[in-house]
Amino acid sequence: MTDIALNPAAVSARPARRDIGLKRRYAAERRFRLYGIIAIAIGIFFLFALLYSVFSNGYTAFWQTEVNLSINLDPKIIDPDNKRATDPNVLLTANYPLLARNALAEKLGVSQSDKPGLRELGKLFSDGVRGQLRELVAGNPALIGTTQNVWVLTGADIDSAFKGQIDLSVDQTRRKVSDKQVEWMNKLKGEGAMAQRFNTGLFTYGASSRPETSGLSVALIGSLYMMLIVLCLSLPIGVAASIYLEEYAKKSRLTDIIEVNINNLAAVPSIVFGLLGLAVFINFLHMPRSASLVGGLVLTLMTLPTIIIATRAALRAVPPSIRAAALGIGASKTQMVFHHVLPLAAPGILTGTIIGLAHALGETAPLLLIGMVAFVANNPVTPLDPATALPVQIYMWANEAERAFVERTSGAIIVLLLFLAVMNITAIILRRRFERRW
Amino acid sequence: MSTSLVFVIVVAIGVVGYFLGRQRAVGKDNGSIKAHSLPHYHGWWVFLASALPAILFLALWAGATSIYLERSAIAELPAHTADSVIASQSLELGMVSGIARGLDKLTSEEKANLPQTFAELRPLLSSKGVALAPDGQDFMIPIAVEWNKNSVRASTIGGGIALVLALAGAIFGISGVHVRARARNNVERVILAGLIAASTIAILTTVGIILSMLFQTLTFFQSVSPTSFFFGTVWDPRFAAAGSGGSQGQFGLIPLLAGTIYIAFVAMLFAVPVGLFSAIYMAEYASRNVRSVVKPMLEVLAGIPTIVYGFFALVTVGPFLRDLSAAISGGYAFIMAQSVLTAGIVMGVMLIPFVSSLSDDIITAVPGSLRDGSLGLGSTRSETIRRVVLPAALPGIVGALLLTASRAIGETMIVVLAAGVAANLNINPFDAMTTITVKIVNQLTGDLEFNSPQTLVAFALGLTLFFITLAMNIFALYIVRKYREQYE
Repeated sequence: MTDIALNPAAVSARPARRDIGLKRRYAAERRFRLYGIIAIAIGIFFLFALLYSVFSNGYTAFWQTEVNLSINLDPKIIDPDNKRATDPNVLLTANYPLLARNALAEKLGVSQSDKPGLRELGKLFSDGVRGQLRELVAGNPALIGTTQNVWVLTGADIDSAFKGQIDLSVDQTRRKVSDKQVEWMNKLKGEGAMAQRFNTGLFTYGASSRPETSGLSVALIGSLYMMLIVLCLSLPIGVAASIYLEEYAKKSRLTDIIEVNINNLAAVPSIVFGLLGLAVFINFLHMPRSASLVGGLVLTLMTLPTIIIATRAALRAVPPSIRAAALGIGASKTQMVFHHVLPLAAPGILTGTIIGLAHALGETAPLLLIGMVAFVANNPVTPLDPATALPVQIYMWANEAERAFVERTSGAIIVLLLFLAVMNITAIILRRRFERRW
Repeated sequence: MSTSLVFVIVVAIGVVGYFLGRQRAVGKDNGSIKAHSLPHYHGWWVFLASALPAILFLALWAGATSIYLERSAIAELPAHTADSVIASQSLELGMVSGIARGLDKLTSEEKANLPQTFAELRPLLSSKGVALAPDGQDFMIPIAVEWNKNSVRASTIGGGIALVLALAGAIFGISGVHVRARARNNVERVILAGLIAASTIAILTTVGIILSMLFQTLTFFQSVSPTSFFFGTVWDPRFAAAGSGGSQGQFGLIPLLAGTIYIAFVAMLFAVPVGLFSAIYMAEYASRNVRSVVKPMLEVLAGIPTIVYGFFALVTVGPFLRDLSAAISGGYAFIMAQSVLTAGIVMGVMLIPFVSSLSDDIITAVPGSLRDGSLGLGSTRSETIRRVVLPAALPGIVGALLLTASRAIGETMIVVLAAGVAANLNINPFDAMTTITVKIVNQLTGDLEFNSPQTLVAFALGLTLFFITLAMNIFALYIVRKYREQYE
């Protein structure tokens, strides 16, 4: 501005440029843009950091170290008093780990008199061998006395060492596997008798205090039941409520209250639904604790607002001309809605439902309150049996101290994320494939 | 007769009624008079007339039966338990119903010579798969036998009435079938009633939330005064050993509220700049290609369950910050693995997509003419955004931020795993603090009895949380409505 008070000669010669601070302003522009790029970079960085942390910790959980043993099913150890014909409990309570230890001692040449050596040897394989051999023998008692070639799970620490997750360079007193065990491990590995095999146990075992024999089966079944309950209840109820609000209801005080309620319920913290479930379903209606039925009901109430909002949007997207045409050729209002509007809105409703289900599948907090944090070892048969859910199982494993559980937790998270990815991708494909622009 | 069998028979009657009604409607239609409804509407009306009242009756009857059974069992329980605390009575009731359920599974032969003491009965029942706690009493056995008798009687009577209702409904429906009968209107009226019932579930849920928590909270306030809850600065619930009951804990809300707000504040401090700047960049600068890649990526962040974020904080971020602080100070880790900072940052990451997608929508909704005007006057893009677009979008953005903050306050799994459980009142973000949601989870997991203040406090906390988030949501809506600029 100061340049304007100037001598006329200079003006006529060459108009002075007004200083409008372009340089500074362009710098500010560039900075502003940079902030945006940095912000997006931070978001994407954390996305990848999170996924990397989960996958790098978890991909090994899908393989478990096992050792191949030729186990002599010695009748003297299984049934020392020779009573198995009369007492079926003998086969259930026999000392199966001893059989595995003897087989391993023979293989590695540890003498039966070397007690400390035998004790360390016993830690090489998992105590899960008890159940494994029991099933084998009880299923076919004729095997007693024969020698069977069996793949047996190793202990969790050996598994970690085999996968290279334990730093073997530190002194052996400061790590969980001794030098001797490492030596045996390498020997067995060299012979091909110890190897990593696909971890079917992760999907077939229930809860266990030992990492190597704990799995997701109870959680998967529980989550499946809950998803079925949520689907069967929240889809019809949500669609019915949306149809009423969108197609029938005149604007009245009642519909106003319902709408405000639905919007509020969508924003209520999920843990509050857990409190509701605890107070109403368990304390008042005396439904069983830890049951997937209660979990399903709580998640239904939580998912309803999502489904209602999506369904209403889908119904609103159907153009009024369709309704007018249907009414014009003599359809009743109900026929118009159910024969014409609803089928056209179905893809949108389905997409919203799948997204709501995916949300419900990942929900943890309300399930903690209705007692789904339970140690459930046996697979639930009906929705009334105690069960856990996939995210709750992750929470329970995350609270375990052992290193091997971190691996399992990450593995479980990978399973959960895969389910969610499949559901969301299905929703996107449905939307792309069937969405109509009017 | 079991209720499920009656249910199946009722539905079967309805299905048969459907076909009979439809057939009758077809037969009546001889073409001389135009029929009012299509045949299948007559069928449906017969089905509804027979099955619906019977099923509703069955549901009501089941509820009434359970109340009646409990009442009559309570009347028979010895007097010394009748005047003791309600919890022990409900425990005894639970025991009696457990025994009754077990007795149901015995064979008639075993029922005939029933053991008279609970100690003998218990192994017998557990062999049938009904495990009972060892503290049952002998006097419960006759009450349980009576319970079963009553329940059989009730279900026989109820089942009979339901079947009669179903048959009567079917006959009524079928006899009403004639050419001009308005079956379609009847069916549609029932459908409409169903739709209205479905949409009231939203109201019922809210009422259920408020009432259930209010009752438990009032019970809680009988043993702990509201002032010491709302204004107490010490949280020390002191789980009393079962039965002692003498030592009262302190239930001060202030440390939990402070922790909740502090962690949410740190999270917002992280999420708001990041989310807002990404939204601005995507709405104003990014090309279509960049947008189509970046937007879904940020939305993936919103789709990841919070338990995964919690695990990420526990295993990766927490230890990283601790080691970082140890490296900076040279040995002493001044940031704890579970701290306000850890929980805040991870929660902030979770909130980024909420802030960015909500703000993105709001920024794109600002009409282009405002931008064009500003650019035409010679301002740069960033000046346009800062001086024109953002002020126009401000109410919407404030509303979005309030919604995000209410989500941060109600968030549970991240703080359960990352914030710690110590109820401290401090301002050091590197220390552990705890939140309302963490304490709700802590007080309610594990074995619990429903009458102690230690568990009831969770409902008081839940109610507080519910009202805080509700107030924030309503305030957000109010701001958006009041200050929204109408452009079109």
